[in-house]
Amino acid sequence: MSKIRIATVWLDGCSGCHMSFLDMDERLLAVADKIDLVYSPLVDAKVFPENVDLTIVEGAVSNEDDLHKIKLVRSRTKLLMALGDCAVTSNVPGMRNYFSRDQLLRRAYVENAATNQGIPTQVIPALLPKSRPIHEYVKVDIFLPGCPPHADTIFAAVAALLEGRMPELEVRFG
Amino acid sequence: MTQTITIDPVTRIEGHSKITIKLDDQGKVDVARLHITQFRGFEKFTEGRPFQEMPSLTARTCGICPISHLLASAKACDELMAVRIPDAAVSLRRLINYAQIIQSHALSFFHLSSPDLLLGMDSDPASRHVLGVAAKFPELAKDGIWLRKFGQQVIERLSGKRVHPTWIVPGGVAYPLAAATRDAIVAELPQALAIARKTLDWYKPVIRMFQEEIATFANFPTLFVGLVSPEGTIEHYDGVLRVVDSQRKIVVDKLQAHDYPDYIAEAVEPDSYLKSPYYKPLGYPRGIYRVGPLARLNACDRMGTPLAEIELAEFRALQPEGAVLSSFHFHYARLVELLHALERVTELLASPQILSTQVRAIADPNKSEGIGISEAPRGTLIHHYRIDDNGLITWANLIIATGHNNLAMNQGITQAAKHFVKHEKITEGALNRVEAVIRCYDPCLSCSTHALGDMPLRIELTDSRGEILDSCERA
Ligand code: SF4
Repeated sequence: MSKIRIATVWLDGCSGCHMSFLDMDERLLAVADKIDLVYSPLVDAKVFPENVDLTIVEGAVSNEDDLHKIKLVRSRTKLLMALGDCAVTSNVPGMRNYFSRDQLLRRAYVENAATNQGIPTQVIPALLPKSRPIHEYVKVDIFLPGCPPHADTIFAAVAALLEGRMPELEVRFG
Repeated sequence: MTQTITIDPVTRIEGHSKITIKLDDQGKVDVARLHITQFRGFEKFTEGRPFQEMPSLTARTCGICPISHLLASAKACDELMAVRIPDAAVSLRRLINYAQIIQSHALSFFHLSSPDLLLGMDSDPASRHVLGVAAKFPELAKDGIWLRKFGQQVIERLSGKRVHPTWIVPGGVAYPLAAATRDAIVAELPQALAIARKTLDWYKPVIRMFQEEIATFANFPTLFVGLVSPEGTIEHYDGVLRVVDSQRKIVVDKLQAHDYPDYIAEAVEPDSYLKSPYYKPLGYPRGIYRVGPLARLNACDRMGTPLAEIELAEFRALQPEGAVLSSFHFHYARLVELLHALERVTELLASPQILSTQVRAIADPNKSEGIGISEAPRGTLIHHYRIDDNGLITWANLIIATGHNNLAMNQGITQAAKHFVKHEKITEGALNRVEAVIRCYDPCLSCSTHALGDMPLRIELTDSRGEILDSCERA
């Protein structure tokens, strides 16, 4: 049987959801035999590949890169899983939505800086006006809430998908 | 006409970034730049929130070192309440901090950097990752996964949750440690210590194979900053800040949290969301300094635990005169600290006081300003808050460990790129080395402020105004 092609992606999150993924510990090695990790912060692929069976996405959509990326990911992925509250609701990144981009950036790069005060604009992606959950931009097939979701929950979901079933999620927060 | 090579995203690091390498007219590397592409806005959006929320809120800057944020934040909050927290609470906070250093150092070494060290900088990128290591060196990969798990489990046992626990609170910790929990941790310590020692013994001879990298991975003089105890022993939770130079001479010592604004200021670069702190007396950008495991080992007089003490002496022999300068040795320093952290966990759990039920001071806000400093796995972390009479945040500044290293990371990738990246033939291995410089620092970029994967190694021809004339891509 050919291996299942899995990708994991970070958008605007704290990497805590990826840590919870790693918290599957030794179960990772058991899963490793059945999957090809084709794209992830943990591997060196630079291009998001075609024909990915499952992409697990952490984080909200907060800047132009995130938006571009999530659309690309969706177009190359069969099943898309929103992992964690930031991806599902925009959670902590969404807390900035009460302020304007200018207010946020001025605090960091003008008020709280001593030298070269000014808002960075070169090379880096511009912030979107609001930080939003991913289902506002693309279709999401599986939602896994939690901040982060527990490693057991992630394992149960991934194990079900590897067996070709959709996971039945009991909602467990945290 | 100049060319720019873009590495996007930088992989096997914790966070979002890309690197651009600018070549001059002759095709030689002129300068390399690290661009941090994520911006969070914590310093603004926390405004108006009750200060008691700050530890669990700011922990969400980073899922790898949430404990560091919880601690620096809780310390700032202790000061806002004007309380001295119970002794057992200090010990329990130290304990969880060491657990985090263990899990985070294990992650950095085994999961993220060991593929370069074991499989080689030029090995096939398709399998140059932790699962590739597991296929070829199952024993080592298992050890790494086990050690990270050990640290994460100590965190979970103490606090109920591996990532983003709510146990560390202003005034101490939420509840005491149960004897059965202590015993469960103690039972696993021998295996953890054995793995830490085995890994050091394995790594030390390996270093010899990386002479070229050692010589060029940010191998230059800078200042080093880290916490030490008042007696000069390495510190990760309390203590005073010390700055040493490349000769390991003390530049300033015994700085308290409130002194930091006199010594550290932040500069902005227009092409990164990560600011560049600098040592104020030397100005910008001359005030370049490093923090983290390498800096802490350079700044302290001693480790204060027997096994790590021996390892420190051996580590210092790398550079008998002065400080160990190459950032490649962050890996080595990390392993020495890992051993030290395990020794400290052993000590802390052996003291009966660790089971004391007096673990939390409760108070209203009693001061308008609080500053908390702790040593995160990656270096010195500063949380600085101001509140109004109702205890609502009016202003916040966070100086993140990785930020301190920003100037040195940029200078480091320029040094490595000048040595390894040759215009005639740009190899994947050369570019991986440039990324590996960044991995040495184990940057935690989600803290600091993100990357796009549809652009592989991309080479752009730009004219003097920066307009792109031509570009090509390699997968
Ligand atoms: S859901 Fe929580 S753990 Fe996951 S990325 Fe967001 S803040 Fe971090």
